[in-house]
Amino acid sequence: MAARAIWKGELKVGATKVPVKLYAALKDQSVRFHILDERSKTRVKQHMVKADTGDEVANEKIQKGFEIEPGSFVILDDKELESIEPKATREIEIKKFIPPQAIAPEFYDRPYYLGPDGNETAYFALAEALRKQDREGLAHWVMRKQPYVGALRAEGDQLMLFTLRSADEVLSAKELPRPAGRAPDKKELSMAKQLVEMLRGDFNPKDYQDEYRQRVMEFVEKKAKGRAPRLHLVKSKRAPASLDKILSKSIESLKKKQRAA
Amino acid sequence: MAAGKRKKRQSEDAEQKGARPLWSGTLTFGLVSVPVDLYPGNRTNRAPLRMLGPEDEPLARRYYSEETGRDLDADDMVRGFEIDKDKFVVVTDEELERLAPEQSRDIDLRRFVELDSVPPIYFDRSYFLAPAEGSEKAYRLLVDTMKASDLAGIATFVMRGKEYLVAIFPENGILRAETMRFPDELRSPKEVGLPEPKTVPAATVKKFEQLIAKHSARTLPLKELKDEKTERMLKLIEKKRARHQDVVKVEESDRDEGKVVDIMTALKKSLAKKRKAA
Repeated sequence: MAARAIWKGELKVGATKVPVKLYAALKDQSVRFHILDERSKTRVKQHMVKADTGDEVANEKIQKGFEIEPGSFVILDDKELESIEPKATREIEIKKFIPPQAIAPEFYDRPYYLGPDGNETAYFALAEALRKQDREGLAHWVMRKQPYVGALRAEGDQLMLFTLRSADEVLSAKELPRPAGRAPDKKELSMAKQLVEMLRGDFNPKDYQDEYRQRVMEFVEKKAKGRAPRLHLVKSKRAPASLDKILSKSIESLKKKQRAA
Repeated sequence: MAAGKRKKRQSEDAEQKGARPLWSGTLTFGLVSVPVDLYPGNRTNRAPLRMLGPEDEPLARRYYSEETGRDLDADDMVRGFEIDKDKFVVVTDEELERLAPEQSRDIDLRRFVELDSVPPIYFDRSYFLAPAEGSEKAYRLLVDTMKASDLAGIATFVMRGKEYLVAIFPENGILRAETMRFPDELRSPKEVGLPEPKTVPAATVKKFEQLIAKHSARTLPLKELKDEKTERMLKLIEKKRARHQDVVKVEESDRDEGKVVDIMTALKKSLAKKRKAA
């Protein structure tokens, strides 16, 4: 069954417009737990209370404030908060194109599929052009009162739109001190490189499953039937030894495995 | 995981305030093991708004029982999976911890790939791995090796009741750990119902290619990744502060000022401490 579009917009590249529908690219597979009252095993809710007395405060009486210095707040009312909301528009403006490598992994946030909303020719032509030029479009748009900066990208024959995190949100390693540690000597480095090369391969997503999620679900099902298995605590071990001994041992055992395979 | 996620986020935020890592474990490649501490790679909201009462009193968010109306502390609550309507199976923290497979407490780098070959749809959240006490040398070896090979290590591990697929790669001498989505968390274009590609006139493609070439740039300056809404809000706050408009004092008795530490400060401290020790 086809998914429902969550939003409709128009890609604007120069003076050309490409109408698109936006679809969620993620599906939540997490084990859905609820927080319960331990005594009654029923659901809990949340409310706001006065910190000192614990008295409930109704939603419409709550004010929102920003702390400008310890203990001092500027109150913002609903009208003011509305005034900073961007104007609603259907336009996804693409003003700039950059190589995909120009965006580091940590900036990609949520992915969406784009589908054509009418003009299929323009949609597939834009996807093909992006692929041929090996570029991603830098996108600006407003969706549900939120302004977004994003990346427009061809994935296969289709278009995808990613929201990107703001520069303020992402910590850069450049802002951090380099960890210490003696530089490895040539022998260690060349053995370690050899080891990494032996483990080099393609990224095959199908090789990875969330096994833990499956274990949790199996356990929940057994416990529901009153047959929860006994679980034991496993300890992880650590092996201290000299680095180059460990490295050569690692290479040996990998070679053996690869010969056997 | 509506309720569960909220609870987790709250504890993650609380953790960010202290200098404690989110997770500690061992990074392994071959038989080499590198004890590491994991820290978040994202900053929290720059402009958090605090809820205040009608007389500017500080407010707190509390859980209460839907059944009895009674306010609940953390100890009064458990985690439950809804097996039938309103029927729950309780699962404890200890059970979740013990369900983790043995090797998943380690991050075992069994595959190294070119980072550019991973489609961005997989990337989720970012963390940093810092060397734990005594592991600086092996950590540096791994960083230098990965940098020289220009490869990222791929592995899975379990943290706080969830398994993560992760790509690990060096950045400025530090290992970044980017969590990734599992393939079954992603929809395919077919599932979404996107139409089959069709052949399009070469001239239309050419027209787009010319537009792309005309507006191409080599890099993405970080200043283009702005959070406009937050900036507008901070401007409005600054304006009101200068005018002393709606500025209120809030009396708080039991507030622990010392606890509010930026995650960056915590991470810096942790890396600096190790530097001294080495």
